[in-house]
Amino acid sequence: MRNLIVFLWRHQFFVFFIILEAISLTFLFNSYSYHRSLAFNSVNDITGTVYLSYSKVTDYFGLKKENEKLTNENVQLRNLIYPVNSEADSQLIVRHDNQYFYRTAKVVSSSINKQSNYLLLNKGSKHGIKPEMGVISSTGIAGIVIGVSPDFSYVMSLLHQNCRISARIKKNNNLVNVLWGGNNYKEGLVVDIPSHIELYKEDSIITSGNSLIFPEGILIGKVNEYTQSTNKDLSEAVIEFSTDFNSLQNVYIIENLMKTEADTLISAFTKLNE
Amino acid sequence: MSNLYTRNIIRYIAIMLFQVLVLNNMNLGGYINPYIYILFILLLPASVNKSLLLIMAFITGLTIDYFGNTLGLHAAATVLLAFARPGILNLFFNNMEFSSEEEPNITKLKLGGFLKYTLVLVFIHHSALFFLEAFSFNDFLSTLYRIVLSTLVTTLMIMIITLIFTSRKKKKA
Repeated sequence: MRNLIVFLWRHQFFVFFIILEAISLTFLFNSYSYHRSLAFNSVNDITGTVYLSYSKVTDYFGLKKENEKLTNENVQLRNLIYPVNSEADSQLIVRHDNQYFYRTAKVVSSSINKQSNYLLLNKGSKHGIKPEMGVISSTGIAGIVIGVSPDFSYVMSLLHQNCRISARIKKNNNLVNVLWGGNNYKEGLVVDIPSHIELYKEDSIITSGNSLIFPEGILIGKVNEYTQSTNKDLSEAVIEFSTDFNSLQNVYIIENLMKTEADTLISAFTKLNE
Repeated sequence: MSNLYTRNIIRYIAIMLFQVLVLNNMNLGGYINPYIYILFILLLPASVNKSLLLIMAFITGLTIDYFGNTLGLHAAATVLLAFARPGILNLFFNNMEFSSEEEPNITKLKLGGFLKYTLVLVFIHHSALFFLEAFSFNDFLSTLYRIVLSTLVTTLMIMIITLIFTSRKKKKA
């Protein structure tokens, strides 16, 4: 026993190295799985405050572009809704139906150049945000909330290696899946396309509404390149995301008011089958 | 002695803020991420206790992870860098004498020596970092491409930063 301690002490540099690497790698591997990253609530108010004060300054540089986007969206919304009564709460932007509830939020920090990218938003549990709510921008979908603190929420961006969105081809309603190839923040990958389907450039890919996170029919992107596979059953296509992740500033967080109801039903039946 | 501590604490805060607020928001062509925060580890005194060096590297890496929400990723790569540092110093500058508080900086190692020292250690750090991040050898070439490009940019930025600060110190003296 004593010899062991002497041995460890003599090689303390190496032993320390192994211990610290083991700790880091445990942290790292735990954060890789989607469900653990839901449980591991890394949002905290210290880093949030630093980023918030920083973005208060840098936001001014993008004001003009952001204003243009908002005005464009206002025009679109005005076209959608006929005479609105002004009683609506100013915090709520749209309320299409009884199922989905929209809240506005601002991106405080974001990244696009890693293999797993995240967004930090300035609304948290205080404002009613919960994990597994969808996040969209004015032009398309952006990500899924995975963690909340009182003032901030942490969002897995569409540009994440574990992100997989259930989608539909708009023109023929075929179900497909969208993920990020990991190369370029402008482009994504559509997989599981039945091989008899013909896709052309500029065909729209929209959300399917199957996941209970996003409403049906929100634009994800437009087809850029399609190679029909001859030997496989399922082919793939490259799409251009309709959301510009590099200039994301104002987003909407979507709450599905019927999610709890649906979840209870599903879990009741899975229990029944067991 | 206290001068040594103050200098390193100020350097730590300055480098961290620069990395987190400026460089982490930079996107050069989608492939290049300069990570200059390791300059803090590179510049710790040559005779620093090796175990202390590892712990400092771990804390430095965790700070970056904390802000980037990549828990463990930078810590693992930076600890590896600290593990390699004494060996690299020994390998390249075997017959150089370092006094107790002397840093392996650009004045001590000369331009060529410091460039060599930085380039090798940055390459070790970035290789670990990008392979852990991708977590597969599937896109081996694309990961390698990222490593090489980012290593070059990080080294270039570290050289520029150290040159700026060294010349300012000389002017004062």
